[in-house]
Amino acid sequence: MSEKKDTQVKKVAIICAKGTIEDVYAALVMANGAVMEGMEAKLFFTFFGLDAITKKQMNKLHTATVGNPAMRMPGGLPFPSLLGVIPGVEAGVSAMMRSQMDKLDIPPVDEFLDMITAGGGEIYACKLAVDMFKLKKENLSNHVIDIITIGDFYSMAGGEGSQIIFT
Amino acid sequence: MTQKTIAGVNLEVSDEGYLADSSQWTEEIAKEIAKEEGIELTDKHFEVINFIRSNADSGLTIRKVGKSGIVDIKGFYELFPGGPLKISTKVAGVSKPSSCI
Repeated sequence: MSEKKDTQVKKVAIICAKGTIEDVYAALVMANGAVMEGMEAKLFFTFFGLDAITKKQMNKLHTATVGNPAMRMPGGLPFPSLLGVIPGVEAGVSAMMRSQMDKLDIPPVDEFLDMITAGGGEIYACKLAVDMFKLKKENLSNHVIDIITIGDFYSMAGGEGSQIIFT
Repeated sequence: MTQKTIAGVNLEVSDEGYLADSSQWTEEIAKEIAKEEGIELTDKHFEVINFIRSNADSGLTIRKVGKSGIVDIKGFYELFPGGPLKISTKVAGVSKPSSCI
């Protein structure tokens, strides 16, 4: 007879590679939720996820109105893809989504990063993606501790009870 | 729910140690719960606890406490290390918040 033993999660290393509102917030909520529970949290932003920590973009993230089957009109009717291509629709939908989140006390991206780092969470940018998008450290939010390789990130993601999460 | 004697008072608490009846709370009970969490309560702690007690019904979040003007979020983490919202609400004798933020 083997006894079931649960190892508690003590640390999460979260990788965010996409730049839509929902992908970025999934990563932010998980990281903040971890520090709130007294766990260690490290966030690694790569590829389009870099928008979440790029000063110019971080508070203007969008959600996709085209190619997003879960997208619905207010009231629940399907959102026609053709509507999504009209200029301004994606911006309008995204602004609406952000205002809905504000009502639930979900902060804007920069304030969310403030909360995570206040709780001891750490924010990193992917070197390969930073080079690819021709960004510099000064283009990135001040929350970013360093621009590192994925290898560096793995090296700090170890330990008993640690998990790597990819969004 | 289980029975537990805290600061000489027999209280009903949840399995995680949250008071079932917030009105039974006293500062002595707060001190004893805090001690179990390894925290020695200061005046600053009590300022935060009073804010939590008076805002417990409005959906507490770490963000709200951070905007209370009493303590910023970093300070909140320093006062109640290892999970500020869940520990402070337990000490404050209110129910465990169901917030993700």
